[in-house]
Amino acid sequence: MRRAIVILLPYLWLVALFLVPFLIVFKISLSDGAISIPPYTPTLDLSDGWEGIKAFFAELDFDNYVFLTTDDLYWKAYLSSVRIAAIATLLTLLVGYPIAYAMASAPVHWRPLLIMLVILPFWTSFLIRVYSWMGILATGGYLNQVLLSLGVISSPLTILNTDTAVYIGIVYTYMPFMILPIYATLERMDDSLLEAAEDLGCSRIKAFWLITVPLSKSGIVAGCFLVFIPTVGEFVIPSLLGGSDTLMIGKVLWEEFFNNRDWPVASAVAIVLLSIIVVPIVLFQRNLEKQREAER
Amino acid sequence: MLQTVFEPWNDPNATPLIQFRNVTKRFGDFVAIDNQSFDIYEKEFFALLGPSGCGKTTMMRMLAGFETPTEGSILLNGQDIAPIPPNKRAVNMMFQSYALFPHLTVWDNIAFGLKRDGMPKLDIKARVEEMLKLTRLEQFAKRKPHQISGGQRQRVALARSLAKAPKLLLLDEPMGALDAKLRQATQFELMDIQEKTGTTFVIVTHDQEEAMTVASRVAVMDTGRIIQADTPRVIYEDPASRYVADFIGEVNLFEGVARARGGEPDPAAPRAPSAPAPANAKAPARMAQPNERGKWLHDRLLKYFVGPRAEAPRQLPPPDPETLAAKDSQPETEGGIAIDWAEGQPPLIASNGDPSLEGQRVTLAMRPEKLAISKTKPEAVNALQGKVIDIAYLGNLSTYHVKLANGVIAKVQMANTRRVAQRDITWEDTVWISFRETAGVVLTE
Repeated sequence: MRRAIVILLPYLWLVALFLVPFLIVFKISLSDGAISIPPYTPTLDLSDGWEGIKAFFAELDFDNYVFLTTDDLYWKAYLSSVRIAAIATLLTLLVGYPIAYAMASAPVHWRPLLIMLVILPFWTSFLIRVYSWMGILATGGYLNQVLLSLGVISSPLTILNTDTAVYIGIVYTYMPFMILPIYATLERMDDSLLEAAEDLGCSRIKAFWLITVPLSKSGIVAGCFLVFIPTVGEFVIPSLLGGSDTLMIGKVLWEEFFNNRDWPVASAVAIVLLSIIVVPIVLFQRNLEKQREAER
Repeated sequence: MLQTVFEPWNDPNATPLIQFRNVTKRFGDFVAIDNQSFDIYEKEFFALLGPSGCGKTTMMRMLAGFETPTEGSILLNGQDIAPIPPNKRAVNMMFQSYALFPHLTVWDNIAFGLKRDGMPKLDIKARVEEMLKLTRLEQFAKRKPHQISGGQRQRVALARSLAKAPKLLLLDEPMGALDAKLRQATQFELMDIQEKTGTTFVIVTHDQEEAMTVASRVAVMDTGRIIQADTPRVIYEDPASRYVADFIGEVNLFEGVARARGGEPDPAAPRAPSAPAPANAKAPARMAQPNERGKWLHDRLLKYFVGPRAEAPRQLPPPDPETLAAKDSQPETEGGIAIDWAEGQPPLIASNGDPSLEGQRVTLAMRPEKLAISKTKPEAVNALQGKVIDIAYLGNLSTYHVKLANGVIAKVQMANTRRVAQRDITWEDTVWISFRETAGVVLTE
């Protein structure tokens, strides 16, 4: 009995805080917009009994999803989000891997400090950190001032409000999610494997590609998913650092919700976004399972 | 031509495969290897033996190329190998952790080095299969390292390091991770493989039994120096120093002052026993003899098949009175040294000691199995009385710890040729331990 309660608790948690909100959003996505509070119909009224419930379900339809296909804004926004997320993930990997590698090859007594430094930015608000990038990247910002004074450039660069600024923001924000899993796999690796590879005729660079990279694969995959999944739906970074032409689904969703007050369409956008992200999440889970099996 | 004993180190014309020339290796202030020069010959099985931290692993890593000597040089076939990186050396290493690539199958692990050499695919296949056969791993070729047992992993590591047919194979504690039974079997297997491939092996180990079993020569190391490098037999029977005697196996060390014996009569030497009993009276009839019925059967029936019965029973020839006398009585009482080692104890006689050691402090080192234990005073040159304080029963052997009158504890090992129940020496018994005048080795350092 006590065991059943212990098992039941997490399920209750999941149902109350995940499944119920999802069902509410899904229901709204099937409703029609209305000028009322809340801004959609129908709303479920149980006082009419069975007839009322039947009428309620009769009014639900997939019109909003059909609408998403008629306006090319939406599929372009989805595609653009996935593209930006993919490029940003690749950039994060390219920057994060060497950092993780350097951390894993640092003397053992330094490593806790280095991990600390990677995690440290989490201690300040994410929003404030993105804002401070605005100060750095702006036309009269610190970056341009430094570059101008060094004479590297003669006129200030336009970085803020472009896709470049979005990439910088994403790479910066999600870097720890890339570094930590890669570091974990590299740190576990036995150094004698590289010596063995060298002993058997590999150069150091070849040994890196043949041994280190394959053995850190699980870390790379985990890091990429951890960066890619939240980035697809990212809203704050593109809206603060991106330009008006930076098209991302998170921004579209926000505008749909707050500017247009069209909750049903916004909900439909969210549901489609979710189903796009579910695919990499499932892949991620499978990767985890495979990794666990390999370790057994 | 006759097969001669494999002893290239005694052949002045043999050219060594590996030469250490005044090699010193320092890590900061720490001297890992202290000005060492020695040679390793082709087809040798050379063991570096020592406690952890003695520099044996550093020695090996210098051969592999992971460390470079601070001073001096290492020659392989007469060529200095210091500038050659590990991936270009004709030397392969089997790592203590095996260092198998976990993401590759057994087959790919073995093929790894061959692929790096750009060997044609068909040749790689042939070579890998040869190695799999040599190490009896054929049915595991497609498995990953984590899917096979520790013993099999060990063999994969060996196959991988042998695949490139190196001139020199380095083995770093190759059996450290195996259990005792498997280790023993693997030691013999390793010797077989070494013989079959004709590769020179250098093994690093802290297990003296392992070193003695597999190696043609054992180098005993301590704090960056090789103390003694010789065949296992010499290392065991004729150690050059207390350190070696103590490190290899068990040993009794009696320290004292040497006194040349010359021809002078020694009061401690036993009197020559009375003349041996007449040989013919003593000689027992050892052969089983047929009884009356047997004789009858032979005469009636068997003689037609096997010939007539020999009337005189066949026996061992009676012992020659002269050899008998030499064997169990007259020891070499002349020459050598006597060692005064404790107040109130008879001096220890070592006829193999150098009389010129007169007056010096020496140590008489003796293996426990060279000592005998008995309840009655034996007729021996050296006999000491003591009390049994401990008996370690090892199955095939028993080790007795005997406390002598002056408190020194002597270890005596006896083969358990009788069942335990019939053993007549037990705790607290007063016993005599005895040994021949040639049983020990006189050491000065």
